[in-house]
Amino acid sequence: MSFPWAKQYEPKHPLMKWVDDRLPLPRFVYNAVGAGYPVPRNLNYFWNFGVLAGMFLAVQIVTGIVLAMHYAANAGIAFDSVEHIMRDVNAGWFLRYAHANGASMFLLVVYIHIARGLWYGSYKAPREMVWLLGVVIFLLMMATAFMGYVLPWGQMSFWGAQVITGFFSAIPGVGETIRVWLLGGFAPDNAALNRFFSLHYLLPFVIAGVVILHIWALHIPGSSNPTGVEVKSEQDTVPFHPYYTAKDGVGVGVALIVFAALIFFAPNLLGHPDNYIPANPLSTPAHIVPEWYFLPFYAILKSFTFDFLWIPAKLWGVLAMFASILLLFFLPWLDTSPVRSANYRPTYRIFLWVLLVDVIVLGYIGGASPTPSVILIGQLASTYYFAHFLLILPIVSMMERPRPLPNSITEAVLAGKGGTSPAQTALAAE
Amino acid sequence: MVRILGGLVGLGFVLALLLGIYDTVSNWIKTPPAATAEHEFHEHPRKAGFSFEGVLGKYDNRQLQRGLQVYKEVCAACHSLRLVSFRDLEAIGYSEGQVKTIAKGFQVPSINPETGEPATRDGLASDRFPLVYANDVAARAANNNAIPPDLSLMAKARHDGPNYIYSLLTGYKAQEGYKNEKGEELLKQFPDTKTPQGLHFNPYFATLNLAMAQPIKDGQVTYSDGTAATADNYAKDVAAFLMWSAEPKLGARKTAGLATLIFLVIFCFLAYGAKKQIWRGVKD
Repeated sequence: MSFPWAKQYEPKHPLMKWVDDRLPLPRFVYNAVGAGYPVPRNLNYFWNFGVLAGMFLAVQIVTGIVLAMHYAANAGIAFDSVEHIMRDVNAGWFLRYAHANGASMFLLVVYIHIARGLWYGSYKAPREMVWLLGVVIFLLMMATAFMGYVLPWGQMSFWGAQVITGFFSAIPGVGETIRVWLLGGFAPDNAALNRFFSLHYLLPFVIAGVVILHIWALHIPGSSNPTGVEVKSEQDTVPFHPYYTAKDGVGVGVALIVFAALIFFAPNLLGHPDNYIPANPLSTPAHIVPEWYFLPFYAILKSFTFDFLWIPAKLWGVLAMFASILLLFFLPWLDTSPVRSANYRPTYRIFLWVLLVDVIVLGYIGGASPTPSVILIGQLASTYYFAHFLLILPIVSMMERPRPLPNSITEAVLAGKGGTSPAQTALAAE
Repeated sequence: MVRILGGLVGLGFVLALLLGIYDTVSNWIKTPPAATAEHEFHEHPRKAGFSFEGVLGKYDNRQLQRGLQVYKEVCAACHSLRLVSFRDLEAIGYSEGQVKTIAKGFQVPSINPETGEPATRDGLASDRFPLVYANDVAARAANNNAIPPDLSLMAKARHDGPNYIYSLLTGYKAQEGYKNEKGEELLKQFPDTKTPQGLHFNPYFATLNLAMAQPIKDGQVTYSDGTAATADNYAKDVAAFLMWSAEPKLGARKTAGLATLIFLVIFCFLAYGAKKQIWRGVKD
């Protein structure tokens, strides 16, 4: 499962030898994130984001476990128990702000990680399984984040739960029954809050399990790299430790600075003021908006306003919103280009830049009040989103004439083009 | 096969969206959205200039104490502060004894130790500020069918909270002849928006009319520290106090944040140096 030149584990201490002979866990770690894992030498800083995602998963699990020691999942006292954490628990404010902003950081680094995968074609053979498991992790993260946002039982918690579970009522015939079954009642209440808390505690460990599969699947072919050319010889690689542990250390430091700036100086920047109002089923907020990381998908949902082909607009919206994520599962087969890295794909990369802008526009639209111009821009942006993945990508990957690839990673490195980033490609082109 | 099916699904979504776009545009042309009074005349909060703003900003305890005085003498008649304990007031510069005295000034629900009947007793430092009304029905009955909201978290429950509270308290205006910054007159543009009986006009409120009458006027509260007894000062002080009640750990948070950031910047330099050292001689 690794390159023939990978270093073999040699226990230095008799105790480690004793352990390794009986349970080869030290060997396993050594081969996974130690010197036993040869990695392409030309990875740029975009390759830090996998490790960063793992770090923020750990932050969320640790802060979450401690918060759960003080939080009470009961509709009558959940809101006050959060304020108890903020006021009376030692460093409770830190735990809660770290957990709330940690979710944002986790999704932010995962979005960059996904964008990295899109640009450098990391989803292509032989790494399809890595990508598929990654999409599973992303879906689990979204479910976990949504249920976590419900727990403080503020106005946005309550009405967010109302809106999201309302999606299921769009299913013809059985929709309303499913919605009531999921909520354990006709509206979000104690039953819903309790099951959301139970699942919110469970799913992070499921995520951790799928992360292990994700890394396992990655280690079969080994990491991709900015050229997209596979490793050919030992000189193309360096051992993960100490080379990439050191490089990841820099990324960890920078990410923690952003994280600390949010926690300590703008802890409520990414939240919504309405969630400091206790949940009130009798008073609907003027604008129900999800957290920022859901806004692009929320914009897609709201963009379907027309009953087409006997399917009501609401069902179109729900189908499209789920489809916008599920289509990522098919990406390895929608993109037929033999070239992985967009650095060598002059046409495709223009569409990728448009997609990036498109998703940011969708994010803005998702949070804006629905005036006609906002709806129109959202519809145009949603149209591009689906056209990009399902129409443009397959056609471009058939028609495009890619730039010549380097013969090897080392050749690209010696030419000074080993770790070319998307921005460098854009500036250097033409 | 995946590409053909995907293309068909894609065409379906694109067609549904294109019809939606046609629908949006034709509706837009047929019935252009009418401007609303809330959109045209709702004002964003004015900046009061608080000491706790900015990276290093801290609460001014004297201002918070004045704010508490305004809360006690004015707001507390209708608004509760149910998440704040009296003992928390030590954080704004009161001694243990002073806190006990303040707590004693409030009656909190209790039971008669002999009969078990509901009763009240003097507040203790460990008590929270008591509710003003026993329940929502009582609150509505006493306030023309409006519930005065609890103020503990008000400064975080509104956009730009402290400035919003300050602006709202000082923002009551006569609706007759009210003009916005563009010089448009509200009642000329929207003659139907006359403030209903029992509500009060205030352009800082989202719907422009709220149930609370102007609560503070110049000279209403007597400050003992020489601060001018103006409504503007009352509004600023009580807004600062309510920011404290919503975010009592702000000072500790910023202090810890500064130390953390200094540590992390040093860490980053060290990590970068270590990376340089390790990668020396390896071209990447």
